[in-house]
Amino acid sequence: MSATTSGGGGVVTAEPAAGVDVGPLEDFAVGEGRAVVVDGRQVAVFRHRDGRLSALDAVCPHAGGPIADGQMDDRVVVCPLHLNVFELSTGRSCSGQRDLARHEAVVEDGRVVVRLAGRWAAPGGPGTRRATRL
Amino acid sequence: MAAPVDTSASQRTAEPAAAEVPAPRRGGTSGRRRLVVVGNGMAGARTLEELLERGGGELFDITVFGDEPYGNYNRIMLSHVLAGEDDESGILLNPREWYSENGIDLRCGVRVTSVDVHAKEVVDASGAVTPYDVLLLATGSSPRIPPMDGVRREDGSLLPGVTGFRGLDDTRAMLADAKAHQRAVVVGGGLLGLEAAYGLRAHGLDVTVVHSAAHLMNQQLDAAGGAVLRGSIEDLGVTVHTGTRTTAVTGAERATGVVLTDGTHVEADMVVLTAGITPNSELALHAGLTVERAIVVDDQMRCVDSGVAEGGGGAPDGVYAVGECVQHRGVVYGLVAPLWEQASVLADVLTGADPTAEYHGSRTCTKLKVAGVDVTSMGLSEPERAGDELVVFSDSARGVYQSVVVREDRLVGATLLGDVRKTPVLQQAFDRQLPLPAERLRLLFDLGDGDGDEAKGAADLPDDSQVCNCNGVTKGDIVSAVEGGCTSVKGVMDATRAGKGCGSCKSLVGQVVELAADGALTEDPSVHWYVPGVPLRKDELVAQIRERRLLSVSAVFEALAPGGEHDAKSTMGLTSLLRTLWADDFVDERGGRFINDRVHANIQRDGTFSVVPQMKGGVTTPAQLRTIADVAEKYDVGMVKVTGGQRIALLGITKEDLPEVWKDLGMPSGYAYGKSTRTVKTCVGTDFCRFGLGDSTQLGIDLETRFQGLETPAKLKLGVVGCPRNCAEAYVKDIGVVAVGSGRWEVYVGGAAGASVRKADLLATVSSPEEVLTLVGRFIQFYRVWGNWLERTYDFVPRLGIERLQKVLLEDSDGLVAQLDAEMEEAVAAYRDPWAEGEEPRTPGQFRTALPLLPLPLVPSRPMGAPGGMQADAHSSSAATPVAAGAPA
Repeated sequence: MSATTSGGGGVVTAEPAAGVDVGPLEDFAVGEGRAVVVDGRQVAVFRHRDGRLSALDAVCPHAGGPIADGQMDDRVVVCPLHLNVFELSTGRSCSGQRDLARHEAVVEDGRVVVRLAGRWAAPGGPGTRRATRL
Repeated sequence: MAAPVDTSASQRTAEPAAAEVPAPRRGGTSGRRRLVVVGNGMAGARTLEELLERGGGELFDITVFGDEPYGNYNRIMLSHVLAGEDDESGILLNPREWYSENGIDLRCGVRVTSVDVHAKEVVDASGAVTPYDVLLLATGSSPRIPPMDGVRREDGSLLPGVTGFRGLDDTRAMLADAKAHQRAVVVGGGLLGLEAAYGLRAHGLDVTVVHSAAHLMNQQLDAAGGAVLRGSIEDLGVTVHTGTRTTAVTGAERATGVVLTDGTHVEADMVVLTAGITPNSELALHAGLTVERAIVVDDQMRCVDSGVAEGGGGAPDGVYAVGECVQHRGVVYGLVAPLWEQASVLADVLTGADPTAEYHGSRTCTKLKVAGVDVTSMGLSEPERAGDELVVFSDSARGVYQSVVVREDRLVGATLLGDVRKTPVLQQAFDRQLPLPAERLRLLFDLGDGDGDEAKGAADLPDDSQVCNCNGVTKGDIVSAVEGGCTSVKGVMDATRAGKGCGSCKSLVGQVVELAADGALTEDPSVHWYVPGVPLRKDELVAQIRERRLLSVSAVFEALAPGGEHDAKSTMGLTSLLRTLWADDFVDERGGRFINDRVHANIQRDGTFSVVPQMKGGVTTPAQLRTIADVAEKYDVGMVKVTGGQRIALLGITKEDLPEVWKDLGMPSGYAYGKSTRTVKTCVGTDFCRFGLGDSTQLGIDLETRFQGLETPAKLKLGVVGCPRNCAEAYVKDIGVVAVGSGRWEVYVGGAAGASVRKADLLATVSSPEEVLTLVGRFIQFYRVWGNWLERTYDFVPRLGIERLQKVLLEDSDGLVAQLDAEMEEAVAAYRDPWAEGEEPRTPGQFRTALPLLPLPLVPSRPMGAPGGMQADAHSSSAATPVAAGAPA
């Protein structure tokens, strides 16, 4: 895989980061998120119904809520603490919070591999406040 | 316009514009008409301002005669000048330069002595004659001089030391006198008299108010209100005499006091006359205009019998009058607000901006300008007709008196004394004649969670006041959202998150949105949907789910959502509904559950969870307590807390520890996390309590056993008490049961004691615990089927009405009872303790932490030995002395 990935808030790494194996696909329940650690960074990986994976930073910028415990659909995830909403494909906040960094997650040989984007970005993504409505 | 001239109009086709322009009038420059204003007070000047705004400067050559040698000032504010709260410069409205800048010929200090309405001329004191096309009389009024011996000198002038309180000169004289003297008598205890008394008192004078009516401010207040006001005025140090007149002013060269009806002599160095006003109508009277109590005008402020040119297409010349000197429809106003309206109408008429403008009278609102004594009065002070409603609140100890008079559901009068916070909302209701709340008391008080609060709030709230306390949303935020294009309440709630916390502010949010949208409010149809992602009401959705046999959340989305699109915000509600509808057949997609329902614990702010084991009816045992204590120590829980529902919560358990904690506890779940039946709170009942009428403890345990963990549209809190002393607060539970003796039990539904507080409605009184169980089950199932997602019973019950619930559940009016009972039986049978899942996780990683590294944010642990903190050991120091962890005990 050599896809260049744009992180949340437009952070782009010139060189794709090395992929990190975070476990077998069957550890990831369909329609749910799981938190994993990639190079010391907390990442929430979501398994879509159609087999896709999405990955965002795991900590909600609003009050530190566990994003991986949120409810998801094909488009967004909802933080369980205060119901802030983030786009899974971009990490953008739909409820006026800072954006989350978005990472790349793929299945390779039955294993889930995560490549960090914006790996030097501050945790929680760039501090752009946005008032996008759902 | 004269008829003979008009006949030639059709022949003057070479000058087509001529017919459009009013014919030039005699004398004015550039063909302008000549406007002469007699009186440079607030009415005259305000009319000029309104005229200029409408281009009157181009239409008229304007001449103004003013008695007083000043520009125009705000007479209303003289009370503040007297009290030293403002100075003269602060009340100036239009300086003399303003007149010259606007081309107005101001004749200051020149008195007009006569008007010739036939010659259309005025004559002033210097003998000069000024012709006019339009004459405006704005002569105002003068202080009424009550009939008293000695008040005037032989030449007719007032005795020195006696003054009215009308103009700047009066005020200056009073201020000068106040510096040199000690005692003042104010004759007249109306609005102006009290303001004068207060102003003089502020200068340290001994002030006595003499008022001929039985109580102060009798024009605005009823007797009870007047009595309360008297207390407040006396608290200022003012002496008050009511029901008595001043028959004489004593003193030869200067006033030395007044004599009252009973012969009492009140010594005073100055006497202020504030016993009413007399309209200045002599000029009009002598000119042959109709004068009754004041100069009579019609709805366009035109004087009567004044030679006004009639119609004919020309501009309306003639004589007009505005202000305190006029009588309109029988009413003479002594206040400023009517004058604004009159001036505006007259300017419309004179400039032709709106030739049909009419003045129909004013609804006046009076406010007393005495610091610390707030009085607002509008309309009637007492009922006048049979059928008028009167609501009165009086608290004379606090100086508070409030009353409203209601006629045919409209506010026709209001008096607020001492507490005038309701003025804006009452004034709005009065001015606009808005419909009133059925509960009239709400006009004066904010009663709990009802509409009254919001009705007040929406309009009165300052922009920076917080509307939604949960999410910190201000009125300004909401207004901005509306201005940004959100015109539906739901749209604004989504954009601002207002009303999305505890929800108790929702109706206030709605009102602010409505106010800000100013009529452009739209209703988002989704407010009626059960969940946002499926455009169906609950009954429609249930019908579809049943008809198509949709067993999973995915199946519902694919069959019923637009484009088959899944929606994260809808899954939880759908999961709950499907479990209610299908019991055993439900296809459980775990991702459709909220995290609490996936791991059967309540998520906390730091991502840990609370564990609350079942403790039915709040009854526990030493063994259970010992076990809980052991578990708390083993897992080093952050806090052990007795909950509001009579149970023990262990807080700060990590997700991965949950299965082990459950196993070590060996107790069923207490459901302290779900949209489901929770706990049943009970009192001691009959076993030990000497008042108990029924075994509430056992019934509570039975209820909790039967209905444990049942999914409901919103959480369901129950309570059972053994007597109406209500120790376990059954009256404010979603379902409350009260023993009333002789084996009988009352069943209440729809109570609340959270963000909303509501006493529950009595559903029925039954004769046995078994009947209680049946009826409660029937109600819960009905609520499960018909309640909207997240609709608490305190909204559900009032929405349907308790009478309707009684018909359906007791009389079986809809033939539903058998089905409800059967469905409940099935749901109860399908119950399985969720904590059993700890033994075999339902999904991979069900109990793996979602925050593996950083426990953010850290909830501060209470120190060892501190109240609420863990004991380091049995010998640690007194709980009252916090001891830092690790410090020597």
